[in-house]
Amino acid sequence: MSVEIFALTLLFSLPLGLLVSFGRMSRIKPVRYLVNFYISIMRGTPLMLQLIVVYFAPYYVFGKTINGFRFPAVIIAFSINYAAYFAEIYRGGIESMPKGQYEAAEVLGFNRFQTFFKIIFPQVIKRILPAVTNETITLVKDTSLAFVLAEVEMFTMAKQIAAKDASIMPLMVAGLFYYVFNALVAMVMDRFEKKLSYYR
Amino acid sequence: MGNDVLLEIKNMKKSFNDLEVLKDISLTVRRGEVISVIGPSGSGKSTLLRCATLLEKMDEGSLKYLDSYAADMVDGRIKYAPKSELKKIRNYFGLVFQNFNLFPHYSVLRNITEAPIHTEHIPERIAVAKARELLKDLGLSDKENAYPFELSGGQQQRVSIARALAKSPEVLFFDEPTSALDPELTGEVLRVIRKLASQKMTMIIVTHEMQFAREVSDRIIFMENGVIEVEGTPDELFNSQHGRLNEFLGRLKE
Repeated sequence: MSVEIFALTLLFSLPLGLLVSFGRMSRIKPVRYLVNFYISIMRGTPLMLQLIVVYFAPYYVFGKTINGFRFPAVIIAFSINYAAYFAEIYRGGIESMPKGQYEAAEVLGFNRFQTFFKIIFPQVIKRILPAVTNETITLVKDTSLAFVLAEVEMFTMAKQIAAKDASIMPLMVAGLFYYVFNALVAMVMDRFEKKLSYYR
Repeated sequence: MGNDVLLEIKNMKKSFNDLEVLKDISLTVRRGEVISVIGPSGSGKSTLLRCATLLEKMDEGSLKYLDSYAADMVDGRIKYAPKSELKKIRNYFGLVFQNFNLFPHYSVLRNITEAPIHTEHIPERIAVAKARELLKDLGLSDKENAYPFELSGGQQQRVSIARALAKSPEVLFFDEPTSALDPELTGEVLRVIRKLASQKMTMIIVTHEMQFAREVSDRIIFMENGVIEVEGTPDELFNSQHGRLNEFLGRLKE
């Protein structure tokens, strides 16, 4: 379950974060303010609370709970939370791009869409990769928070076994799993970085 | 006679906040002409280039390439042409930047072919053939698979000239093309520009290389404080009695 939360959150939050970063940099003031507010909430309140709020949102909005909403709630809460962080990483990357790249593209006749996706974004990815790796590793460890919605995830399971057996060994084993998984994440990201090191 | 004129700028004005950078610039460029723009920094020469290449919007005046108005005054207000028209007009000119602005994630070849393929929809085979020809002309045949960071400044600038030429522009602008280069590398770039001049490429060059401007230009424009102070042949300019021009040229000799 932890791995699913991890994978689905990445899948949704990475593109969503890009969209949010566009909103954050929008020329339309209300959009910018709205997105700023959203980011401040996501970063300013505990993810644990956000999980609970998302889970109970249908109840407060529609007056009833939805069956089987536990897992989707976890994914939604994680995704919108991580999208906010990723958005700021994207923004940092995009704003660090020299103006000359945009100007060269403009003079050569690329439209705005081409300029972004052909010229700017590939270079942004290279710049933000270390920061994205950081977030991704944090996400692995954050999956343990899914317990607040009684989602079965590894660390809570380990805690229960530990309580039953009166031993910290299960927790240490869980810790080892996180460590190994994160080592794997770091390795994959490192390979990505190497792949992008063909240019400077 | 009309199509002899490639570029016509009339009464161009541009301010940044309260600072009037271009005060009333008019300039006509004919096919095959090489024009150098000189003047102290802050005189507005770069802004003139940026307005002419649509990187900056001017506040007043008109800008015409061949028979197409990029901008014109309508009822006392400036009006830019619609996007589609501007896209067409962008194909009339190329710009070589001071800092090259090559795309670092593309190989030399792709830097040159990307725009023709994706903005003009020229078949890849043809774009690549043309790029190789340009690279050969510029002495960079062996560099087509290199990435910009692997090249010297002079080589990068020559690639950026090839990139600008790949779109077969009618007129080529240079914004201080050698200012970011080490002195020993300026020669190779100037040689390329000289060669283009001998091939009758229409060029407008903002430069601090006076000797080069003198030798390559049909006309030199001296700008100061947002106006064209002196305009003439190199001989006229370098023998001019204009006080501030002489002062400027004198300062450079020191």
